Amino acid sequence: MVENGSPGNGGGRFVLYAVLFAFAGFYLTPLVVVFLNSFRSLEDITQTSVLGIPHVVQWDNWTQAWGSYCIGGICSGISPYMWNSVAIAVPATILSTLIGALNGYLLSLWRFKGSQIAFGVITFGVFLPAQMKLVPWAITLRTLDLSDTVTGLTLIHIVQGMSFTTLFCRNYYINVPADLIKSAKIDGAGFLQIFRRIVLPLSPPILIVTVIWQFTNIWNEYLYGITFSEGSHRPVTAALMAFSANIAQAREYGIESAAVLLAALPTILVYLFGGKYFLRGLTAGAVK
Amino acid sequence: MSALSIDSLRVRFGPIDVLKGIDMAIESGEFIVLVGPSGCGKSTLLNVIAGLQASSTGRIEIGGRDVTRVPPADRDIAMVFQSYALYPSMSVKGNITFGMECRGVPKAEREAAVERVAKLLQIGHLLDRRPSQLSGGQRQRVAMGRALVRDPILFLFDEPLSNLDAKLRVEMRMEIKRLHQRVGTTMVYVTHDQVEAMTLATRIAVMHQGKIQQFADPQTIYDAPANLFVARFMGSPPMNIIPARLEAERDWAVAVLRSDDGRSERIQIPRRRETLTNWIGRDLLLGLRPECISLQDENDHSSDGAAAANLTGRVEMIEPTGAETMALINVAGVEAMARLKADARPMIGSRALFSIDVSKACLFDPQTELRIP
Repeated sequence: MVENGSPGNGGGRFVLYAVLFAFAGFYLTPLVVVFLNSFRSLEDITQTSVLGIPHVVQWDNWTQAWGSYCIGGICSGISPYMWNSVAIAVPATILSTLIGALNGYLLSLWRFKGSQIAFGVITFGVFLPAQMKLVPWAITLRTLDLSDTVTGLTLIHIVQGMSFTTLFCRNYYINVPADLIKSAKIDGAGFLQIFRRIVLPLSPPILIVTVIWQFTNIWNEYLYGITFSEGSHRPVTAALMAFSANIAQAREYGIESAAVLLAALPTILVYLFGGKYFLRGLTAGAVK
Repeated sequence: MSALSIDSLRVRFGPIDVLKGIDMAIESGEFIVLVGPSGCGKSTLLNVIAGLQASSTGRIEIGGRDVTRVPPADRDIAMVFQSYALYPSMSVKGNITFGMECRGVPKAEREAAVERVAKLLQIGHLLDRRPSQLSGGQRQRVAMGRALVRDPILFLFDEPLSNLDAKLRVEMRMEIKRLHQRVGTTMVYVTHDQVEAMTLATRIAVMHQGKIQQFADPQTIYDAPANLFVARFMGSPPMNIIPARLEAERDWAVAVLRSDDGRSERIQIPRRRETLTNWIGRDLLLGLRPECISLQDENDHSSDGAAAANLTGRVEMIEPTGAETMALINVAGVEAMARLKADARPMIGSRALFSIDVSKACLFDPQTELRIP
């Protein structure tokens, strides 16, 4: 029988699952440790080790991490930095996705002389390392008087993200039949009307991909955050760094753990709710 | 009134001449079919008429108005695409009204127009569906509805039937013809299918290599093709092209077919020798439609008179189709197709006597490939 010879039989399957579980455990261990520590008191952790079960569940770590712990002399927990990150990631995600969709629409369905070159230049941004762009951005932000502001970081992420979103959207729209656009032109629709009424309604699969991709990247972004912001203007990733660099106090592992989990929560939620659409959208073109 | 007039139109894609000087004048109410093999430029010509593709030089008038630089929406045209190009995210009704919405037609007027078209095409029950929920024939109908609702000067069709299966294609072909008879709007229709061209057109433009080879009514195209290309492209199976030498016999011209083994067949052409003086004694090509060749015994009533000649040929193969029997015969070393009666079953390999209806025989110049008038 074919089935007996395939890797689906008893012994082979057992080995397969053992390997998979080993990897899953390997990746999940840090998360579990951090999760458990977020409920342990400082004494508990320092007297035993960072690996351990909470003896008394300490909810206080979470409230302190959120609202009152001192980071770099400001005793407000990570909540203001979370809001900074929201104020950066949400508009930057929406705007970079919108710009990418418009770029992609223009570059795939309204080909013009040089559109291939324009596409090449825009997507070249995908391959430029972030540290290479630090100095140009520093000059740009200073010129625009946006240094050390949430707006400045938002601008950076809109521009940087445009390369990815344009690439994604252009490669998605290239499969939209040209006849649709021709037909709409004869019907009298203009550039933006065709985009809004015909192309955008076809776009949810790719827009979900770009939104998840952009939000996760911008939320987790650290280099620009720590370079171009200080004090109360920091995004949460940079604040976490300042948190753990707090050498004046003893390390509050429990509070740190709670803060890390709070900071990771939005991207975990986005993955949990949008992950399946993400995978579907990425392969949508391939199946067709 | 002239519905469409095209004046020395050229289209160049880089170094390639796609359209090499097209001239056309189309009267209001005509059904024009542009036909030709793929790559002949017929779809490009349609796109230029629609304004979706710019011409390099030349001038286009629609309804007497110069539209050469006018955008597609303002040319007063409607187009049906091969892929139908229905907007996937809109209902059938949304598809039909989208153009009117773009042009700012008031809602009450839109509703009335949809109702009129839905009735005409019997798609009233489909109005709330999405294109993805429709069959091929229904999509085709909706695409026509979307064009009809505009009530334009000119309808453009870009191979609208080639995505349908054979049976549906014949049905929709009849429907398009009926539609044209009912609405009477000028239509320009692109196809590569010569049967569609013959059945639908009031005039056919046969295109090849970016040029119009012949622009005439279907019967003229069929009976008097302007050149060898048209003769071979139109008709299925195509016109038989047989090398011959022209001789004179009393007052009449005679085509002499000579095979390699020295055998010869003489076919008298119903044309007086003085009309072909230049060709007497020279080689040319004789064009005979398959239906002009029949078995001698099956139409003895028409074998008399000047319009018939006899010749012998060897039967190489027969293809009975039910309605008729096609026979591949060898005449003086040249293969030719003959359209025989349905029950004709000549023996394969046998020699038979064929009767030739020469009233529609064509003569072609082997050098220029033009028909000798």
